Amino acid sequence: MSVLVNRNTKVICQGFTGKQGTFHSEQSIAYGTKMAGGVTPGKGGTTHLDLPVFDTVEDAVRETGADASVIYVPAPFCKDSIVEAADAGVKLIVCITEGIPTLDMLQAKVYVDQTDSRLIGPNCPGIITPGECKIGIMPGDIHKPGKVGIVSRSGTLTYECVKQTTDPGYGQSTCIGIGGDPIPGTSFIDALELFQADPETEAIIMVGEIGGTAEEEAAEFIQGNVTKPVVSYIAGVSAPKGKRMGHAGAIIAGGKGTAAEKYAALEKAGVHTVKSPADIGRGVAEATGW
Amino acid sequence: MNLHEYQAKQLFRQYGMPVPNGTVIQDKSQAGSAVRELAGSRWVVKAQVHAGGRGKAGGVELVDSADAATDAAGRMLGTRLVTYQTDEHGQPVHRVLIEETSDIDRELYLGAVIDRASQRVVIMASTEGGVEIEKVASETPEKIVQVVVHPMLGVMPYQARRLAFALGLTGDQVKQFAKLLTGLGRLFVDKDLSLVEVNPLVVTAKGDIICLDGKINVDDNAVYRHPDVGELRDQSQEDDRENRAKEWDLNYIALDGNIGCMVNGAGLAMATMDLVKLHGGEPANFLDVGGGATAERVAEAFKIIVSDENVKAILVNIFGGIVRCDLIAQGIVSAVQEVGLEIPVVVRLEGNNADKGAQILNESSFNVIAADSLTDAAKRVIAAAEGK
Repeated sequence: MSVLVNRNTKVICQGFTGKQGTFHSEQSIAYGTKMAGGVTPGKGGTTHLDLPVFDTVEDAVRETGADASVIYVPAPFCKDSIVEAADAGVKLIVCITEGIPTLDMLQAKVYVDQTDSRLIGPNCPGIITPGECKIGIMPGDIHKPGKVGIVSRSGTLTYECVKQTTDPGYGQSTCIGIGGDPIPGTSFIDALELFQADPETEAIIMVGEIGGTAEEEAAEFIQGNVTKPVVSYIAGVSAPKGKRMGHAGAIIAGGKGTAAEKYAALEKAGVHTVKSPADIGRGVAEATGW
Repeated sequence: MNLHEYQAKQLFRQYGMPVPNGTVIQDKSQAGSAVRELAGSRWVVKAQVHAGGRGKAGGVELVDSADAATDAAGRMLGTRLVTYQTDEHGQPVHRVLIEETSDIDRELYLGAVIDRASQRVVIMASTEGGVEIEKVASETPEKIVQVVVHPMLGVMPYQARRLAFALGLTGDQVKQFAKLLTGLGRLFVDKDLSLVEVNPLVVTAKGDIICLDGKINVDDNAVYRHPDVGELRDQSQEDDRENRAKEWDLNYIALDGNIGCMVNGAGLAMATMDLVKLHGGEPANFLDVGGGATAERVAEAFKIIVSDENVKAILVNIFGGIVRCDLIAQGIVSAVQEVGLEIPVVVRLEGNNADKGAQILNESSFNVIAADSLTDAAKRVIAAAEGK
């Protein structure tokens, strides 16, 4: 078991023949992901990386039976791509692209929420179930099949957690990068719910950052619904107010969204927090007794 | 991207939101004629900077003659205005806005933001205008009334009426407010804004509603589709180094410390700053070099970091991911060489080929120290900055 993706997940790529789509599809294929083809409007009927290219997501889903799609198309076209995937009945839509206008995401999210599809991202590294299925831009070889579920708003910080759980041999059940944008398709709570229900996940790492109240909401959810040990680190303790730290979401506005507030909420919910990004792996050992 | 008050008001006017008549000038010699073309006998001269708190900082003056307006403009133009929202250097004043005044009966607050919790545009109004709304929000939250705008519907007339009645408006004012709020809703979506604030929104003695001040933030990710809005950007209000970084797709934020940081990924960059602080150091900047850490961009990042003369040592923290660490290490060495860096650089490389990368760094003849863990890197760079 794992969450959302496994060895049977069939993946198509939107923006398949572009530079990003090509490079990361190659990496995914090499990792063993069941890539079934891709979509580039106007190139339907051709092949790319020995896989079929389709004009529309609808064609791709009908012909390949894909149940997941990864989006690398440029930001101005992502709203369209997300809605197209949802309309084609793709169960899991993973949008890697960064820089999507927030109002586009507001509409895309409202639309996707009315369908049976789940969106991960945008502006995220993607999702991986080690040894089975890699959808996104994360380096596959740092991962190891195992028992820790990881959910994070940040890409490279997720890799940090992966390394710190691979080195002592715990491994990961699934790692979900929910992305650094203000309007993520999948929230911390969604991911926590999935990990709590997954028998293979024995502990959860949640990496948050300053800005918004998603971590506080997650803390409340954990208190009432998560019985597995949760370890958490919040990035941005040292960030000044009013400065946007890279991610569109990472800003302390009006004194809200500080790391201190988030740590307090998580600690109140019984979460094992660590103050140094170097201590995440040790935090897992302490929280689980491994 | 932030807009100036006068730019915000131009947009307000385009969307049927009433604003006072006014003129923007760049030279005090234009103040006299500006005043003569405006109505009334009292005017207000307002410094145009990207910061709030202008009134208390001397950036807003009431004047009753053309000469007084000229003097006020002269006192502001060419200076830097320091308010509680700026750093100690303040923001340069290149323009002032001269406006007609009106007798004010009540000061209200009106704002719209993208609210992450509800994932909607939320419009807020309050009878407590003119003061810091954050204070109202924390001390008397019941005095802020909100409506949530559905992305597929926009502002509904009933929502406008609801806010109007909550603000104690009556008769024709309700209609005026509804028109203003509908305009604000359209403006927000049409121009891809992330924040609009009208503080204060005033009711005049005659009973009219006017946007006396205006603040607009535009979603940076959407400026590409609004060339007209893009032209409103005022680079003089932004940090030079941050602008230079943007040209290279580097994400740089200047801070006060002495340890320069170069990291790939925004989250890891924040975490690296935290780590420096946790071990007793002070980061000089936030810098995310992004995914493609090429030698050229690494070199540019070094140049930007060392252009801050407070920087005494640099910490490079790269999680290689798909990029190979030996390539990054070579990039760092050639960048250090090209820039002619003299201060110590501590490098922590992780991921693909990290060992080879460390070897390249250690064998180089430059002042580059390879660290073997995150904590080790933080401790070493702090020691290096202290000259140890």
